[in-house]
Amino acid sequence: MSDVEERVKKIVVEHLGVEPDKVVDNANFIDDLGADSLDTVELVMAFEEEFGVEIPDDAAETIVTVGDAVRFLEKNKKS
Amino acid sequence: MNAARRVVITGIGLVTPLGGDADTTWRRLIAGDSGAGPVTHFKVDDLPSRIACMVPRGDSAEGKFDPDQWMEPKEQRKVDDFILYAVGAATQALADAGWEPKTYEEQIETGVMIGSGIGGLGGIYEGSLLVAEKGPRRLSPFFIPGRLINLAGGYVSIRHGLRGPNSAVVTACSTGAHAIGDAARIIQWGDAEVMVAGGAESAVNRIAYAGFCACRALSTGFNDEPTRGSRPYDKDRDGFVMGEGAGVVVLENYDHAVARGAKIYAEVIGYGMSGDAYHITAPSESGDGAFRCMSAALKRAGVEPSQIDYVNAHGTSTPLGDEIELGALQRLLGDAAPGVAMSSTKSAIGHLLGAAGSVEAIFCALAMRDGILPPTLNLDNPSVDTPIDLVPHTAKPKTVDIALSNSFGFGGTNASLVLRKA
Repeated sequence: MSDVEERVKKIVVEHLGVEPDKVVDNANFIDDLGADSLDTVELVMAFEEEFGVEIPDDAAETIVTVGDAVRFLEKNKKS
Repeated sequence: MNAARRVVITGIGLVTPLGGDADTTWRRLIAGDSGAGPVTHFKVDDLPSRIACMVPRGDSAEGKFDPDQWMEPKEQRKVDDFILYAVGAATQALADAGWEPKTYEEQIETGVMIGSGIGGLGGIYEGSLLVAEKGPRRLSPFFIPGRLINLAGGYVSIRHGLRGPNSAVVTACSTGAHAIGDAARIIQWGDAEVMVAGGAESAVNRIAYAGFCACRALSTGFNDEPTRGSRPYDKDRDGFVMGEGAGVVVLENYDHAVARGAKIYAEVIGYGMSGDAYHITAPSESGDGAFRCMSAALKRAGVEPSQIDYVNAHGTSTPLGDEIELGALQRLLGDAAPGVAMSSTKSAIGHLLGAAGSVEAIFCALAMRDGILPPTLNLDNPSVDTPIDLVPHTAKPKTVDIALSNSFGFGGTNASLVLRKA
C-alpha cells in the first residue's frame, strides 16, 4: 500500500466510522461506506488538510471512490 | 369545543451531573450527593468562577454517561454535547415508556418538542476561532446542523422515526418547562398522541462562562469548595453553579397510555406562563411574574394553593432570585404555607439552564412515585424566615399528590407546571 493510500484509508475509517477492510479501492463513499452528501464534503476537507492541497468543487465531484481519492492525491499532493 | 384530553407522563430519561440515567441520578439526589467539582477542561484561571456540575462520563454499568451507548462516535463528532445528551435522555425515556413507533400510523402520531437555552455555543466559539485562524474553507459542513437548537429534536426524530409535530422551545432557563407544557397542549388538542419533550444543555465552556461571569450570575466564592457553591436560600449564596445534561419525558394522551397498558408516573394537570416585562436578566422585584405564572398553572389545574404538597423551586442560588420566588410562593399560599415543602435540587446538580425545567419536572414525578422529597443542600442559614419547609440538607419522606415546578428565564420568561400523582 502506498503512503498516500494508507493516509487516505485512515481518514476514511476515522470520518465514516467504518471497518478498515471495507475501505477498498473501488468502495464508493456513499453507496458502499454509508456516507451522505455532507460526509463527502467533510472527507474532501480532511484530504485537503492532510495533503496540503486545495481541491476545487468540480474536482471534488469526481472523487466518489477511495481509489478516486488516492489517484487524485497521488497526482496533486503537496505534503 | 371538546374538553381537553388528559396528558400523562409515561417515560422519563435523565442525563445529569449525578449520573447518566434516571435511576442513578434520583438515588444520588435523595442520598444528598452533589455533582459539583472544579472545572478542569478549559482555562479558568482568568475567570472569577471555576466550578461546575459536569455530567460524569464513563461506564454506564457504574451509572455514568457513556456517549457510545447513545450515538456512534462518527455522529458524536458532528454535534455539540447538548444534542448528544438529548438523544441519550430521549432514548432512555422512550425505552422506559415502552414506546418505539414501528408503523407509519404510530410514527405520525408521535412528535418531539426538545429545546435548549443556548444550544451549541461551545461549537460556535470553536468554529469562530477556526475561521479566524485557518479561513472559511476549513469549517465543517456539520458546523451549522451540529449547533442548531432544534437539531436536538431533529436527531431524536430521525433516530426513532418520530414523524409527528416537531418543534423546539428556546426560553433560556424556562425552556424545559415550556417544552413540556407546550407539548402537553399539542396532545390536548389532538395533534399528537405521544410527545417526546424536554430540554438539553451543554454550556460549561469558556465562552459561556465568560458571558455568565460578565452578567455576575455565577458563584465565585466557593472555588475551593465546589460542592458548597450552590446553596439556594442560604445567606452566603452568591450566584448559580452551572450544570449540564438533559431531561426528557414521554408525554401521552391518557386514553392512549391506558389502552396500551403503559405505566403512568404522573398527570400534567396545569401549565402557566407569564412575562415579567421588567429586565433582561433580573427578576421583577415584586415577584409579579412568578406569582402570575404559578397562579395560572393552578387555575388551569383546577387545584387550590392549599392542595400543593411539594414545590420544586427555580431557586438558582442567586442573591436576588431566591427570595423573590419564595415571596411570590408565600403570597400564593397565604395561610397554607406551613403545610408546603419547597426544595431546590439545583443545590445538587447546579443550574442546567434550558434542561432545568424538564429535569426538575421529572424529579417531581419521582418524588410522587417514591413519597420522598429531594433536599436543598447547603442550606445552613436561611436568609429569610419562612413557614415553608425548604427541606434543608437531607431528603424527607412525604406523600406528594400535587407538585408544582417553577422555571424562570432571562428576558423575564416564566413557566410553571402542575403534576398530579397517577
